[in-house]
Amino acid sequence: MKTKQKIDTVARDLSDEVHEANFIGAKMKSERRYAALGRDYADPDKLRETAGKIKQHTLEHLDQYLEQAEASFTRNGAKVHFAFDETAARQKVLDIMNEKGCKSMVKSKSMLTEEIHLLDFLEKSGKEVVETDLGEFILQIDGDHPSHIVTPIVHKNRRGIAKSFEREGLGEYNDDPETITRRARAHLRQKYLDADVGLTGANFVSAESGRIAIVTNEGNARFCMAANKVHIAMVGIEKIVPTDRDLALFLNLIGRSGTGQQLTVYNQFIGGPKRPEQPHGPEEMHIIFVDNRRTEVLASDCREILRCIRCGACLNVCPIYRQSGGHAYRSVYPGPVGAVLSPLLAGNRFPQLADLPKASSLCGACNEVCPVNIPIPDLLLRLRDKAKREGASEAMKGTPKLGMWATLCSQPSMWKTALTMGHTMNYIPTQLVPHPSAQSWQGTRKLPKFQGGDFRKWFKNRKKK
Amino acid sequence: MSLLHTPPNRPTSTSVQLMTTCLCDAFYADVAQATVEVLEFLGCDIELPEGQTCCGQPAFNAGDWESSRKVVRHMVKTFTGDKPVIVPSGSCAAMVFHGAPLAFEKEADLPEIQALANRTWELADFIVHGLGITEWPGKLKANMTFHRSCHLRGSRSPEAVATLFNSIEDLTVQPIDEVEQCCGFGGTFSVSFPNISEKMGELKIENLVACKPDIVGAADMGCMMHFGGMMDKRGLKTKRLHLAQILRDSLKNAGKI
Repeated sequence: MKTKQKIDTVARDLSDEVHEANFIGAKMKSERRYAALGRDYADPDKLRETAGKIKQHTLEHLDQYLEQAEASFTRNGAKVHFAFDETAARQKVLDIMNEKGCKSMVKSKSMLTEEIHLLDFLEKSGKEVVETDLGEFILQIDGDHPSHIVTPIVHKNRRGIAKSFEREGLGEYNDDPETITRRARAHLRQKYLDADVGLTGANFVSAESGRIAIVTNEGNARFCMAANKVHIAMVGIEKIVPTDRDLALFLNLIGRSGTGQQLTVYNQFIGGPKRPEQPHGPEEMHIIFVDNRRTEVLASDCREILRCIRCGACLNVCPIYRQSGGHAYRSVYPGPVGAVLSPLLAGNRFPQLADLPKASSLCGACNEVCPVNIPIPDLLLRLRDKAKREGASEAMKGTPKLGMWATLCSQPSMWKTALTMGHTMNYIPTQLVPHPSAQSWQGTRKLPKFQGGDFRKWFKNRKKK
Repeated sequence: MSLLHTPPNRPTSTSVQLMTTCLCDAFYADVAQATVEVLEFLGCDIELPEGQTCCGQPAFNAGDWESSRKVVRHMVKTFTGDKPVIVPSGSCAAMVFHGAPLAFEKEADLPEIQALANRTWELADFIVHGLGITEWPGKLKANMTFHRSCHLRGSRSPEAVATLFNSIEDLTVQPIDEVEQCCGFGGTFSVSFPNISEKMGELKIENLVACKPDIVGAADMGCMMHFGGMMDKRGLKTKRLHLAQILRDSLKNAGKI
């Protein structure tokens, strides 16, 4: 009998195929990341520290930078909106579409829109929405969800994708990756031209100039806005950086940390709708700043998580993510960042996700690779403490109670007695140890021989000499 | 790195206190013994505070900070004075100088915790950075691999361990694949997430024994208990030694002790 957490069960039941895809995908990205950062910078850690400090500074003065960003965007001719929660954020998009008589939307990848379930909402409101990032497009036709922040379909293989394309009428079965990509491109090209509105996220927002920066490897974000009259950018309030100059640092870090690229293939800076002298481009740009509990996170003792630039480096290096995959985290943001962010963003549903912070051996690899130096293990620990204090049941499952142990460890005489008595453990067959988790542990591991007190005895006698 | 920054400017002295660690106290007497022999070889005068038990890490990691603080308060009461405290374990050292202050952030007695943190050293870190030993005068003819315990991360210990091993005559240290991967122990993690923990352990063992080493080393008996216990269960006989044992054995081979 095994005491299992939900993530552990998913990892156990994961098919070999998916496990291998997750594992190899994550491993390759980590290797490339180490190579890219180490090759190009003499002291990558200094860079990470600087980036972390800039983000932390921005968070600590977020109200001020938000105001500055609003003024800058307005000056550029963009319309700025603020949405306090997911309902308001979704409604704002729908309102803009209705106001302009828009029926169809092309959108590029955005974890925030996943967070607020925008796609579902718009489709239920009678709008056509097409995901244009290749991975996201495949997820959309499969009714699936991203399993990674950067490579959303790392869990899928080309044979499955080829079957999905065949089912959707995108040609006969063909699992050649280039053919798949070309077919998607041909299909999406018409969608770009037919759509009324384009929606993007933003990787960074410069408060100084009122520009959003978007990075993609497919160029689809650009197409999403170029051919449309209306461009909506949906942004979490934590995405702000103070100046344009800061973008250089973050764009250098995000590519290297996320995919091991020196720079993402397409880097765009959009500072408002087209100006009269410009022949093409959206006539209107709406930027929606979304809070959705981010100010709550900012007020908590886990605020450093808001520095996150969603590069996915922590997922790739995380041994738990590698073994279980992103869907095991039952929330939008998987891996170490998700284990912190998802329970925090869940508000009063915190208890339901309180097991996520436990899904870590606290090895610290995530902290070591994080381009903005977020002390993720510390934040996981704080959330474990919070879960214990609040008695969140999901967090308590499978964790041994340690009150008795603490008493034992605070009483030296009891401790010494226990050490001596412990010798009897050597003579108790494993199957008789009363705790189920101890039995499970010893199913695959042997406990060492008990030697309680032997060292102390040796030390004492040696001193007598 | 903010995870396990070792405190700067820690006091150093050859008059030290030894934190045995609960694992050595209960299971690994020879590791503690080797630590004493190594420190004595270096001219240290060792005090072993009688009332010591555990650093409080199991409860801290499990999220039971109230229980953890109870144990930490006991530890602070036991290790009094201002001598350096030496711990033959990366994770117990990290618990003292990083975990405990985190658990006491909002407590009135944080300064006392901080004071203990500021004089606590992991063994290799103490030898190299505290005592300034950069050449280990030992000799050991062996081919070894080394598990970089996660809790050494971000501290100066990995560098110190490498300095010591690389200077032992005839000892070859082979690099291992995916050195940054955890062995899957994580204390109560291995109990709450047994399947993932096992898979991590399997991967670790595979990488550790890939080059068929004579010795698998580590600077933390927590990790060693985990992957070593898995190796035992599988009948993998590769010798496993703690840093202190390797340092001591190499001194014996060189006729220094």
